[in-house]
Amino acid sequence: MSLFKWARTKSPWIIHFNTGGCNGCDIELVAALTPRFDLERFGILLEGSPRHSDMLAVTGPVTLQVKDRLVRIYEQMPEPKHVIAIGTCAISGAPFQECYNVHGGIDTVLLVDAYVPGCPPKPEAIIDGIAKLIQKIKEGEGHGKRK
Amino acid sequence: MSYGSTIKVPLGPQHPALKEPGNFLFEVDGETVVDVKPRIGYNHRGVEKAFELRTYIQNIYLAERICGICSDAHTTCYTQAIEELLGVEAPPRARYIRVIIAELERIQSHALWVGIAAHEIGFDTLFMYVWRDRETVLDLFEMISGNRIHYAMNTIGGVRRDIHAAMVPKIKKGLDFLEKRLKYYLDVVQTEQTILKRAAGVGVLKPKDAVDLCALGPTLRASGINNDVRADDPYAAYDEVPFNVITHDGCDVSSRMLVRCEEMLESIKAIGYALDHMPEGVIRVRVPMKVPKGEVVSRVEAPRGELIHYAKSNGTTKPERYKVRSPTLGNIPALCKMLLGGYVADIPIVLAGIDPCFSCMDRMAFVDVKKNKGWNWTMQQLRRKYAKK
Repeated sequence: MSLFKWARTKSPWIIHFNTGGCNGCDIELVAALTPRFDLERFGILLEGSPRHSDMLAVTGPVTLQVKDRLVRIYEQMPEPKHVIAIGTCAISGAPFQECYNVHGGIDTVLLVDAYVPGCPPKPEAIIDGIAKLIQKIKEGEGHGKRK
Repeated sequence: MSYGSTIKVPLGPQHPALKEPGNFLFEVDGETVVDVKPRIGYNHRGVEKAFELRTYIQNIYLAERICGICSDAHTTCYTQAIEELLGVEAPPRARYIRVIIAELERIQSHALWVGIAAHEIGFDTLFMYVWRDRETVLDLFEMISGNRIHYAMNTIGGVRRDIHAAMVPKIKKGLDFLEKRLKYYLDVVQTEQTILKRAAGVGVLKPKDAVDLCALGPTLRASGINNDVRADDPYAAYDEVPFNVITHDGCDVSSRMLVRCEEMLESIKAIGYALDHMPEGVIRVRVPMKVPKGEVVSRVEAPRGELIHYAKSNGTTKPERYKVRSPTLGNIPALCKMLLGGYVADIPIVLAGIDPCFSCMDRMAFVDVKKNKGWNWTMQQLRRKYAKK
Protein backbone atom coordinates (compact mmCIF):
# COMPACT_ATOMS: atom_id res chain seq x y z
CA MET A 1 0.00 0.00 0.00
CA SER A 2 1.36 3.38 -0.94
CA LEU A 3 1.94 5.98 1.71
CA PHE A 4 -0.80 8.19 0.29
CA LYS A 5 -3.41 5.46 0.34
CA TRP A 6 -2.41 4.46 3.85
CA ALA A 7 -2.87 8.05 5.01
CA ARG A 8 -6.22 8.39 3.23
CA THR A 9 -7.74 5.28 4.72
CA LYS A 10 -6.43 6.11 8.20
CA SER A 11 -8.19 9.39 8.56
CA PRO A 12 -10.91 10.34 6.09
CA TRP A 13 -12.50 13.71 6.80
CA ILE A 14 -16.20 14.08 6.20
CA ILE A 15 -18.20 17.01 4.99
CA HIS A 16 -21.91 16.82 5.60
CA PHE A 17 -24.48 18.39 3.32
CA ASN A 18 -28.24 18.25 3.64
CA THR A 19 -29.80 18.53 0.20
CA GLY A 20 -33.37 18.88 1.41
CA GLY A 21 -33.86 16.07 3.89
CA CYS A 22 -36.01 16.11 6.99
CA ASN A 23 -33.15 16.46 9.51
CA GLY A 24 -33.57 12.94 10.84
CA CYS A 25 -30.48 11.57 9.08
CA ASP A 26 -28.52 14.72 9.97
CA ILE A 27 -29.01 14.29 13.68
CA GLU A 28 -28.19 10.60 13.42
CA LEU A 29 -24.96 11.47 11.60
CA VAL A 30 -24.08 13.98 14.34
CA ALA A 31 -25.09 11.41 16.97
CA ALA A 32 -22.63 9.00 15.35
CA LEU A 33 -19.86 11.50 16.12
CA THR A 34 -20.80 11.94 19.79
CA PRO A 35 -19.54 9.81 22.71
CA ARG A 36 -22.02 6.90 22.58
CA PHE A 37 -20.95 5.89 19.06
CA ASP A 38 -17.77 7.92 18.61
CA LEU A 39 -17.01 7.79 14.90
CA GLU A 40 -13.79 9.68 15.62
CA ARG A 41 -12.13 6.49 16.85
CA PHE A 42 -11.75 5.58 13.15
CA GLY A 43 -9.91 8.87 12.63
CA ILE A 44 -13.01 10.33 11.00
CA LEU A 45 -13.59 14.00 11.59
CA LEU A 46 -16.53 16.18 10.61
CA GLU A 47 -15.10 19.04 8.61
CA GLY A 48 -16.74 22.35 7.75
CA SER A 49 -15.02 23.17 4.47
CA PRO A 50 -15.31 21.10 1.28
CA ARG A 51 -11.68 21.96 0.45
CA HIS A 52 -10.43 19.95 3.42
CA SER A 53 -12.67 16.92 2.98
CA ASP A 54 -12.30 13.46 1.50
CA MET A 55 -15.87 12.21 1.83
CA LEU A 56 -19.15 13.93 1.06
CA ALA A 57 -21.97 12.61 3.25
CA VAL A 58 -25.26 13.63 1.66
CA THR A 59 -28.64 13.34 3.34
CA GLY A 60 -32.02 14.02 1.80
CA PRO A 61 -33.46 14.07 -1.71
CA VAL A 62 -31.90 16.59 -4.09
CA THR A 63 -34.22 19.56 -4.43
CA LEU A 64 -34.05 21.64 -7.59
CA GLN A 65 -32.78 24.70 -5.78
CA VAL A 66 -29.95 22.88 -4.01
CA LYS A 67 -28.81 20.79 -6.99
CA ASP A 68 -26.30 23.31 -8.40
CA ARG A 69 -24.92 23.97 -4.93
CA LEU A 70 -24.37 20.26 -4.36
CA VAL A 71 -22.40 19.97 -7.60
CA ARG A 72 -20.38 23.07 -6.72
CA ILE A 73 -19.50 21.71 -3.27
CA TYR A 74 -18.48 18.41 -4.86
CA GLU A 75 -16.26 20.21 -7.37
CA GLN A 76 -14.56 22.15 -4.59
CA MET A 77 -13.40 18.96 -2.91
CA PRO A 78 -9.86 17.78 -3.71
CA GLU A 79 -9.39 14.41 -5.42
CA PRO A 80 -9.74 11.56 -4.62
CA LYS A 81 -13.24 12.13 -3.29
CA HIS A 82 -16.03 9.81 -2.30
CA VAL A 83 -19.75 10.24 -1.85
CA ILE A 84 -21.94 8.48 0.73
CA ALA A 85 -25.72 8.65 0.38
CA ILE A 86 -27.25 8.45 3.86
CA GLY A 87 -30.90 7.56 4.23
CA THR A 88 -33.60 6.35 1.89
CA CYS A 89 -34.29 9.88 0.58
CA ALA A 90 -30.70 10.24 -0.59
CA ILE A 91 -30.92 6.86 -2.31
CA SER A 92 -34.19 7.25 -4.18
CA GLY A 93 -36.13 10.27 -2.98
CA ALA A 94 -38.34 7.92 -0.95
CA PRO A 95 -41.46 9.66 0.44
CA PHE A 96 -40.75 12.74 -1.67
CA GLN A 97 -40.88 10.96 -5.01
CA GLU A 98 -43.24 12.72 -7.41
CA CYS A 99 -42.83 15.99 -5.52
CA TYR A 100 -42.50 18.74 -8.11
CA ASN A 101 -39.38 20.27 -6.57
CA VAL A 102 -37.44 17.05 -6.00
CA HIS A 103 -34.85 15.96 -8.53
CA GLY A 104 -34.47 12.45 -7.13
CA GLY A 105 -31.76 10.55 -5.28
CA ILE A 106 -28.13 11.66 -5.05
CA ASP A 107 -27.09 9.29 -7.83
CA THR A 108 -29.09 11.32 -10.34
CA VAL A 109 -26.49 14.08 -9.82
CA LEU A 110 -23.25 12.48 -8.54
CA LEU A 111 -21.73 9.01 -8.64
CA VAL A 112 -22.20 7.46 -5.22
CA ASP A 113 -19.70 5.08 -3.60
CA ALA A 114 -21.72 3.89 -0.60
CA TYR A 115 -25.41 3.76 0.22
CA VAL A 116 -26.74 3.59 3.79
CA PRO A 117 -30.45 2.71 3.74
CA GLY A 118 -32.88 3.48 6.55
CA CYS A 119 -35.34 6.18 7.51
CA PRO A 120 -33.29 7.36 9.28
CA PRO A 121 -30.41 4.85 9.46
CA LYS A 122 -29.17 4.22 12.98
CA PRO A 123 -25.72 5.58 13.86
CA GLU A 124 -24.42 2.00 13.84
CA ALA A 125 -25.55 1.68 10.21
CA ILE A 126 -23.80 4.93 9.28
CA ILE A 127 -20.58 3.73 10.96
CA ASP A 128 -20.90 0.43 9.11
CA GLY A 129 -21.37 2.25 5.79
CA ILE A 130 -18.32 4.42 6.33
CA ALA A 131 -16.21 1.45 7.47
CA LYS A 132 -17.22 -0.43 4.31
CA LEU A 133 -16.31 2.57 2.18
CA ILE A 134 -12.87 2.71 3.83
CA GLN A 135 -12.46 -0.97 2.97
CA LYS A 136 -13.47 -0.19 -0.62
CA ILE A 137 -10.85 2.57 -0.83
CA LYS A 138 -8.22 0.15 0.52
CA GLU A 139 -9.05 -2.27 -2.25
CA GLY A 140 -8.61 0.48 -4.80
CA GLU A 141 -12.26 0.85 -5.75
CA GLY A 142 -14.70 3.68 -5.26
CA HIS A 143 -13.58 6.79 -7.02
CA GLY A 144 -16.59 8.98 -7.53
CA LYS A 145 -16.91 11.35 -10.42
CA ARG A 146 -19.59 13.78 -11.42
CA LYS A 147 -22.27 12.33 -13.65
CA MET B 1 -17.05 51.73 15.11
CA SER B 2 -18.19 52.61 11.62
CA TYR B 3 -16.01 52.56 8.51
CA GLY B 4 -18.54 54.31 6.31
CA SER B 5 -18.60 51.55 3.70
CA THR B 6 -20.18 48.11 3.84
CA ILE B 7 -19.22 44.65 2.60
CA LYS B 8 -21.65 41.90 1.71
CA VAL B 9 -20.91 38.52 3.29
CA PRO B 10 -22.91 35.50 2.13
CA LEU B 11 -23.43 32.65 4.61
CA GLY B 12 -24.57 29.31 3.30
CA PRO B 13 -26.19 27.24 1.99
CA GLN B 14 -23.44 24.89 3.10
CA HIS B 15 -21.72 26.16 6.21
CA PRO B 16 -20.39 24.65 9.40
CA ALA B 17 -22.75 26.55 11.71
CA LEU B 18 -25.96 24.90 10.58
CA LYS B 19 -26.55 21.39 9.41
CA GLU B 20 -29.25 22.42 6.99
CA PRO B 21 -29.05 24.54 3.85
CA GLY B 22 -30.12 28.12 4.41
CA ASN B 23 -28.62 31.20 2.89
CA PHE B 24 -28.22 34.56 4.58
CA LEU B 25 -26.69 37.62 2.97
CA PHE B 26 -25.15 39.88 5.60
CA GLU B 27 -24.14 43.45 5.00
CA VAL B 28 -21.40 44.33 7.45
CA ASP B 29 -19.79 47.61 8.39
CA GLY B 30 -16.52 46.69 10.05
CA GLU B 31 -17.52 44.08 12.59
CA THR B 32 -21.17 45.17 12.84
CA VAL B 33 -24.06 43.64 10.95
CA VAL B 34 -26.14 46.39 9.34
CA ASP B 35 -28.47 44.39 7.09
CA VAL B 36 -29.66 40.80 6.78
CA LYS B 37 -31.39 39.20 3.82
CA PRO B 38 -32.57 35.63 4.33
CA ARG B 39 -32.93 33.39 1.30
CA ILE B 40 -34.89 30.27 2.02
CA GLY B 41 -36.18 27.46 -0.11
CA TYR B 42 -33.16 25.15 -0.40
CA ASN B 43 -35.11 22.53 1.46
CA HIS B 44 -38.34 23.08 -0.42
CA ARG B 45 -39.61 19.71 -1.56
CA GLY B 46 -43.25 20.48 -2.29
CA VAL B 47 -44.70 18.62 0.68
CA GLU B 48 -48.03 20.47 0.59
CA LYS B 49 -48.68 19.46 -3.01
CA ALA B 50 -47.63 15.92 -2.15
CA PHE B 51 -50.28 15.89 0.59
CA GLU B 52 -52.95 16.36 -2.06
CA LEU B 53 -51.69 13.41 -4.08
CA ARG B 54 -51.70 10.89 -1.23
CA THR B 55 -54.44 9.33 0.88
CA TYR B 56 -55.09 10.37 4.47
CA ILE B 57 -53.32 7.29 5.82
CA GLN B 58 -50.24 7.78 3.61
CA ASN B 59 -50.14 11.41 4.67
CA ILE B 60 -49.45 10.48 8.30
CA TYR B 61 -46.06 9.19 7.22
CA LEU B 62 -45.46 12.16 4.96
CA ALA B 63 -46.35 14.59 7.79
CA GLU B 64 -43.84 12.77 9.98
CA ARG B 65 -41.13 13.40 7.39
CA ILE B 66 -41.67 17.14 7.19
CA CYS B 67 -39.14 17.33 10.00
CA GLY B 68 -37.06 14.69 11.71
CA ILE B 69 -36.66 16.49 15.03
CA CYS B 70 -40.26 17.53 15.67
CA SER B 71 -41.86 14.67 13.74
CA ASP B 72 -44.34 13.84 16.48
CA ALA B 73 -45.60 17.45 16.64
CA HIS B 74 -46.39 17.33 12.92
CA THR B 75 -48.28 14.04 13.11
CA THR B 76 -50.18 15.14 16.23
CA CYS B 77 -51.24 18.29 14.43
CA TYR B 78 -52.17 16.36 11.29
CA THR B 79 -54.16 13.63 13.03
CA GLN B 80 -55.95 16.18 15.21
CA ALA B 81 -57.06 18.09 12.13
CA ILE B 82 -58.34 14.97 10.35
CA GLU B 83 -60.03 13.67 13.52
CA GLU B 84 -61.90 16.94 13.79
CA LEU B 85 -63.03 16.67 10.18
CA LEU B 86 -64.20 13.11 10.80
CA GLY B 87 -65.90 14.05 14.06
CA VAL B 88 -64.08 11.39 16.10
CA GLU B 89 -62.00 11.84 19.21
CA ALA B 90 -58.95 9.87 20.27
CA PRO B 91 -59.57 7.63 23.33
CA PRO B 92 -58.33 9.04 26.70
CA ARG B 93 -55.42 6.61 26.92
CA ALA B 94 -54.25 7.62 23.43
CA ARG B 95 -54.38 11.27 24.43
CA TYR B 96 -52.13 10.57 27.42
CA ILE B 97 -49.70 8.60 25.25
CA ARG B 98 -49.59 11.55 22.85
CA VAL B 99 -48.62 13.84 25.74
CA ILE B 100 -45.86 11.45 26.87
CA ILE B 101 -44.39 11.16 23.37
CA ALA B 102 -44.68 14.91 22.74
CA GLU B 103 -42.87 15.73 25.98
CA LEU B 104 -40.16 13.13 25.37
CA GLU B 105 -39.70 14.71 21.97
CA ARG B 106 -39.45 18.16 23.56
CA ILE B 107 -36.66 16.87 25.81
CA GLN B 108 -34.69 15.38 22.94
CA SER B 109 -35.18 18.46 20.76
CA HIS B 110 -34.18 20.94 23.47
CA ALA B 111 -31.22 18.77 24.52
CA LEU B 112 -30.14 18.69 20.90
CA TRP B 113 -30.39 22.46 20.80
CA VAL B 114 -28.40 23.02 24.00
CA GLY B 115 -25.66 20.86 22.49
CA ILE B 116 -25.68 22.72 19.17
CA ALA B 117 -25.69 26.10 20.92
CA ALA B 118 -22.68 25.05 23.01
CA HIS B 119 -20.98 23.90 19.79
CA GLU B 120 -21.64 27.28 18.14
CA ILE B 121 -19.83 29.14 20.91
CA GLY B 122 -16.93 26.70 20.79
CA PHE B 123 -17.81 24.88 24.01
CA ASP B 124 -17.60 21.36 22.57
CA THR B 125 -17.29 19.65 25.95
CA LEU B 126 -20.86 20.61 26.83
CA PHE B 127 -21.98 19.57 23.33
CA MET B 128 -20.58 16.07 23.82
CA TYR B 129 -21.98 15.78 27.37
CA VAL B 130 -25.50 16.82 26.37
CA TRP B 131 -25.60 14.58 23.31
CA ARG B 132 -24.40 11.64 25.37
CA ASP B 133 -27.26 12.14 27.82
CA ARG B 134 -29.73 12.73 25.00
CA GLU B 135 -29.20 9.11 23.96
CA THR B 136 -31.20 8.13 27.06
CA VAL B 137 -34.34 9.65 25.52
CA LEU B 138 -33.64 8.02 22.18
CA ASP B 139 -33.31 4.65 23.92
CA LEU B 140 -36.74 5.22 25.50
CA PHE B 141 -38.17 6.03 22.07
CA GLU B 142 -36.65 2.88 20.65
CA MET B 143 -38.23 0.85 23.45
CA ILE B 144 -41.69 2.42 23.01
CA SER B 145 -41.93 2.77 19.24
CA GLY B 146 -39.08 0.74 17.75
CA ASN B 147 -37.35 3.69 16.12
CA ARG B 148 -35.08 6.44 17.37
CA ILE B 149 -36.21 9.36 15.22
CA HIS B 150 -39.45 8.78 13.32
CA TYR B 151 -41.64 7.16 15.97
CA ALA B 152 -44.80 6.68 13.83
CA MET B 153 -46.88 6.68 17.02
CA ASN B 154 -49.86 8.74 15.91
CA THR B 155 -52.60 7.54 13.63
CA ILE B 156 -55.99 8.98 12.79
CA GLY B 157 -58.18 8.04 15.75
CA GLY B 158 -55.50 7.36 18.36
CA VAL B 159 -51.99 5.95 18.63
CA ARG B 160 -50.44 2.83 17.11
CA ARG B 161 -48.54 1.46 20.07
CA ASP B 162 -49.37 1.18 23.74
CA ILE B 163 -47.08 1.99 26.66
CA HIS B 164 -47.14 -1.26 28.66
CA ALA B 165 -46.82 -1.50 32.44
CA ALA B 166 -43.37 -3.11 32.04
CA MET B 167 -42.09 -0.01 30.24
CA VAL B 168 -43.12 2.45 32.95
CA PRO B 169 -40.29 1.73 35.45
CA LYS B 170 -37.73 1.89 32.63
CA ILE B 171 -39.06 5.26 31.46
CA LYS B 172 -39.01 6.57 35.04
CA LYS B 173 -35.45 5.36 35.56
CA GLY B 174 -34.35 7.12 32.38
CA LEU B 175 -36.13 10.31 33.42
CA ASP B 176 -34.55 10.25 36.90
CA PHE B 177 -31.12 10.09 35.32
CA LEU B 178 -32.01 12.92 32.93
CA GLU B 179 -33.39 15.09 35.72
CA LYS B 180 -30.12 14.81 37.62
CA ARG B 181 -28.11 15.71 34.53
CA LEU B 182 -30.43 18.55 33.51
CA LYS B 183 -30.09 20.20 36.91
CA TYR B 184 -26.34 20.12 36.37
CA TYR B 185 -26.69 21.68 32.91
CA LEU B 186 -29.02 24.35 34.29
CA ASP B 187 -26.27 25.23 36.76
CA VAL B 188 -23.64 25.24 33.98
CA VAL B 189 -25.74 27.53 31.78
CA GLN B 190 -26.20 30.02 34.62
CA THR B 191 -22.69 30.06 36.08
CA GLU B 192 -20.16 28.97 33.46
CA GLN B 193 -18.18 31.99 32.26
CA THR B 194 -17.59 30.45 28.80
CA ILE B 195 -21.33 30.54 28.16
CA LEU B 196 -22.13 33.81 29.89
CA LYS B 197 -19.43 35.74 28.01
CA ARG B 198 -20.75 34.57 24.65
CA ALA B 199 -24.50 34.40 25.32
CA ALA B 200 -25.47 37.10 27.84
CA GLY B 201 -26.65 40.28 26.14
CA VAL B 202 -26.25 38.74 22.66
CA GLY B 203 -29.10 38.62 20.13
CA VAL B 204 -31.43 40.85 22.10
CA LEU B 205 -35.12 40.76 21.17
CA LYS B 206 -37.20 43.27 23.16
CA PRO B 207 -40.68 42.09 24.28
CA LYS B 208 -42.37 44.68 22.06
CA ASP B 209 -40.37 43.56 19.00
CA ALA B 210 -41.06 39.92 19.82
CA VAL B 211 -44.80 40.57 19.70
CA ASP B 212 -44.65 42.87 16.67
CA LEU B 213 -42.57 40.41 14.66
CA CYS B 214 -44.67 37.40 15.73
CA ALA B 215 -41.88 35.46 17.43
CA LEU B 216 -42.91 32.04 18.70
CA GLY B 217 -42.15 29.38 21.25
CA PRO B 218 -39.05 29.51 23.46
CA THR B 219 -37.81 32.61 21.58
CA LEU B 220 -40.95 34.49 22.59
CA ARG B 221 -40.98 33.10 26.13
CA ALA B 222 -37.34 34.16 26.61
CA SER B 223 -38.54 37.73 25.95
CA GLY B 224 -40.81 37.47 28.97
CA ILE B 225 -44.10 36.80 27.18
CA ASN B 226 -46.26 33.99 28.46
CA ASN B 227 -47.52 32.15 25.40
CA ASP B 228 -47.89 28.41 25.00
CA VAL B 229 -50.51 26.57 22.96
CA ARG B 230 -50.47 23.74 25.50
CA ALA B 231 -51.78 26.15 28.15
CA ASP B 232 -53.76 28.58 25.98
CA ASP B 233 -55.63 26.09 23.82
CA PRO B 234 -55.08 22.63 25.36
CA TYR B 235 -55.04 19.66 23.01
CA ALA B 236 -54.42 15.93 23.68
CA ALA B 237 -54.46 15.58 27.49
CA TYR B 238 -52.81 18.90 28.35
CA ASP B 239 -55.96 20.11 30.10
CA GLU B 240 -55.42 17.35 32.69
CA VAL B 241 -51.62 17.22 32.94
CA PRO B 242 -50.19 20.03 35.11
CA PHE B 243 -47.12 21.93 33.89
CA ASN B 244 -45.73 25.46 34.15
CA VAL B 245 -45.08 27.79 31.24
CA ILE B 246 -41.48 28.96 31.62
CA THR B 247 -40.67 32.59 30.86
CA HIS B 248 -37.52 34.66 31.36
CA ASP B 249 -36.98 38.40 30.96
CA GLY B 250 -33.40 38.35 29.70
CA CYS B 251 -34.42 38.67 26.01
CA ASP B 252 -30.98 37.30 24.98
CA VAL B 253 -29.48 33.96 23.95
CA SER B 254 -28.62 33.18 27.56
CA SER B 255 -32.28 33.33 28.62
CA ARG B 256 -33.26 31.23 25.59
CA MET B 257 -30.90 28.59 26.97
CA LEU B 258 -32.45 28.91 30.43
CA VAL B 259 -36.00 28.65 29.08
CA ARG B 260 -35.18 25.49 27.18
CA CYS B 261 -33.34 23.87 30.10
CA GLU B 262 -36.21 24.58 32.50
CA GLU B 263 -38.78 23.42 29.96
CA MET B 264 -37.01 20.07 29.84
CA LEU B 265 -37.40 19.76 33.63
CA GLU B 266 -41.11 20.66 33.31
CA SER B 267 -41.49 18.02 30.61
CA ILE B 268 -40.00 15.39 32.92
CA LYS B 269 -42.58 16.28 35.59
CA ALA B 270 -45.40 16.19 33.05
CA ILE B 271 -44.35 12.76 31.78
CA GLY B 272 -44.15 11.45 35.36
CA TYR B 273 -47.69 12.67 36.05
CA ALA B 274 -49.04 11.29 32.76
CA LEU B 275 -47.48 7.87 33.41
CA ASP B 276 -49.08 7.68 36.87
CA HIS B 277 -52.53 8.90 35.78
CA MET B 278 -52.85 7.16 32.43
CA PRO B 279 -56.41 5.79 32.13
CA GLU B 280 -57.00 2.20 31.02
CA GLY B 281 -58.77 1.37 27.78
CA VAL B 282 -58.33 1.16 24.04
CA ILE B 283 -55.67 3.21 22.25
CA ARG B 284 -57.36 3.78 18.91
CA VAL B 285 -60.74 3.89 17.24
CA ARG B 286 -61.43 2.79 13.70
CA VAL B 287 -62.12 5.57 11.22
CA PRO B 288 -63.52 5.53 7.67
CA MET B 289 -61.23 6.12 4.68
CA LYS B 290 -63.35 8.92 3.24
CA VAL B 291 -63.33 12.25 5.06
CA PRO B 292 -66.44 14.44 4.82
CA LYS B 293 -66.27 17.92 3.30
CA GLY B 294 -64.93 20.64 5.55
CA GLU B 295 -62.10 22.92 6.61
CA VAL B 296 -60.12 22.79 9.82
CA VAL B 297 -57.18 24.48 11.54
CA SER B 298 -55.18 22.58 14.10
CA ARG B 299 -52.58 23.98 16.51
CA VAL B 300 -49.83 22.24 18.45
CA GLU B 301 -46.94 23.51 20.57
CA ALA B 302 -43.95 21.98 18.80
CA PRO B 303 -40.55 22.18 20.55
CA ARG B 304 -39.79 25.32 18.49
CA GLY B 305 -43.14 27.05 18.95
CA GLU B 306 -46.66 27.12 17.66
CA LEU B 307 -47.27 24.82 14.71
CA ILE B 308 -50.38 25.35 12.56
CA HIS B 309 -51.86 22.87 10.09
CA TYR B 310 -54.80 23.68 7.84
CA ALA B 311 -56.74 21.02 5.95
CA LYS B 312 -59.55 21.25 3.43
CA SER B 313 -61.33 18.06 2.46
CA ASN B 314 -63.71 17.40 -0.40
CA GLY B 315 -65.35 14.13 0.61
CA THR B 316 -62.79 11.82 -1.03
CA THR B 317 -59.86 9.83 0.37
CA LYS B 318 -57.39 12.63 -0.38
CA PRO B 319 -57.28 16.19 0.99
CA GLU B 320 -58.05 19.04 -1.42
CA ARG B 321 -55.63 21.49 0.16
CA TYR B 322 -53.14 21.20 2.95
CA LYS B 323 -51.09 23.96 4.53
CA VAL B 324 -48.37 23.84 7.16
CA ARG B 325 -47.07 26.90 9.01
CA SER B 326 -44.04 25.90 10.99
CA PRO B 327 -42.57 27.83 13.94
CA THR B 328 -39.21 28.54 12.30
CA LEU B 329 -40.89 30.51 9.52
CA GLY B 330 -42.61 32.68 12.12
CA ASN B 331 -39.29 33.29 13.85
CA ILE B 332 -37.32 34.45 10.79
CA PRO B 333 -38.39 38.16 10.94
CA ALA B 334 -37.50 38.19 14.65
CA LEU B 335 -34.16 36.55 13.83
CA CYS B 336 -33.31 39.34 11.36
CA LYS B 337 -34.06 41.88 14.08
CA MET B 338 -31.79 40.05 16.56
CA LEU B 339 -28.89 39.94 14.11
CA LEU B 340 -28.98 43.67 13.27
CA GLY B 341 -26.38 45.66 15.18
CA GLY B 342 -24.64 42.55 16.46
CA TYR B 343 -21.09 41.40 15.78
CA VAL B 344 -20.15 39.11 12.93
CA ALA B 345 -18.69 36.61 15.41
CA ASP B 346 -22.07 36.33 17.14
CA ILE B 347 -23.96 35.37 13.96
CA PRO B 348 -23.79 31.56 14.46
CA ILE B 349 -25.05 31.58 18.03
CA VAL B 350 -27.84 34.09 17.32
CA LEU B 351 -28.82 32.11 14.25
CA ALA B 352 -28.87 28.92 16.29
CA GLY B 353 -30.69 30.78 19.08
CA ILE B 354 -34.11 30.41 17.47
CA ASP B 355 -33.42 26.71 16.89
CA PRO B 356 -34.00 27.00 13.15
CA CYS B 357 -35.39 24.00 11.32
CA PHE B 358 -35.31 24.63 7.61
CA SER B 359 -36.87 21.35 6.65
CA CYS B 360 -39.98 22.42 8.56
CA MET B 361 -39.91 25.85 7.05
CA ASP B 362 -39.32 25.51 3.34
CA ARG B 363 -42.67 24.97 1.76
CA MET B 364 -44.97 26.89 -0.53
CA ALA B 365 -45.35 29.64 2.05
CA PHE B 366 -45.28 33.17 0.71
CA VAL B 367 -44.62 35.70 3.42
CA ASP B 368 -44.75 39.32 2.46
CA VAL B 369 -42.40 41.01 4.88
CA LYS B 370 -41.24 44.50 4.06
CA LYS B 371 -37.62 44.78 2.89
CA ASN B 372 -37.08 40.99 2.87
CA LYS B 373 -36.95 40.76 -0.89
CA GLY B 374 -35.27 37.37 -0.67
CA TRP B 375 -38.63 35.77 -0.09
CA ASN B 376 -40.02 37.02 -3.39
CA TRP B 377 -36.92 35.95 -5.20
CA THR B 378 -37.20 32.42 -3.90
CA MET B 379 -40.81 32.10 -4.89
CA GLN B 380 -40.28 33.47 -8.38
CA GLN B 381 -37.43 31.13 -8.97
CA LEU B 382 -39.49 28.23 -7.71
CA ARG B 383 -42.34 29.14 -10.03
CA ARG B 384 -39.98 29.48 -12.96
CA LYS B 385 -38.53 26.06 -12.30
CA TYR B 386 -41.91 24.54 -11.73
CA ALA B 387 -43.25 26.01 -14.97
CA LYS B 388 -40.24 24.69 -16.89
CA LYS B 389 -40.95 21.19 -15.69
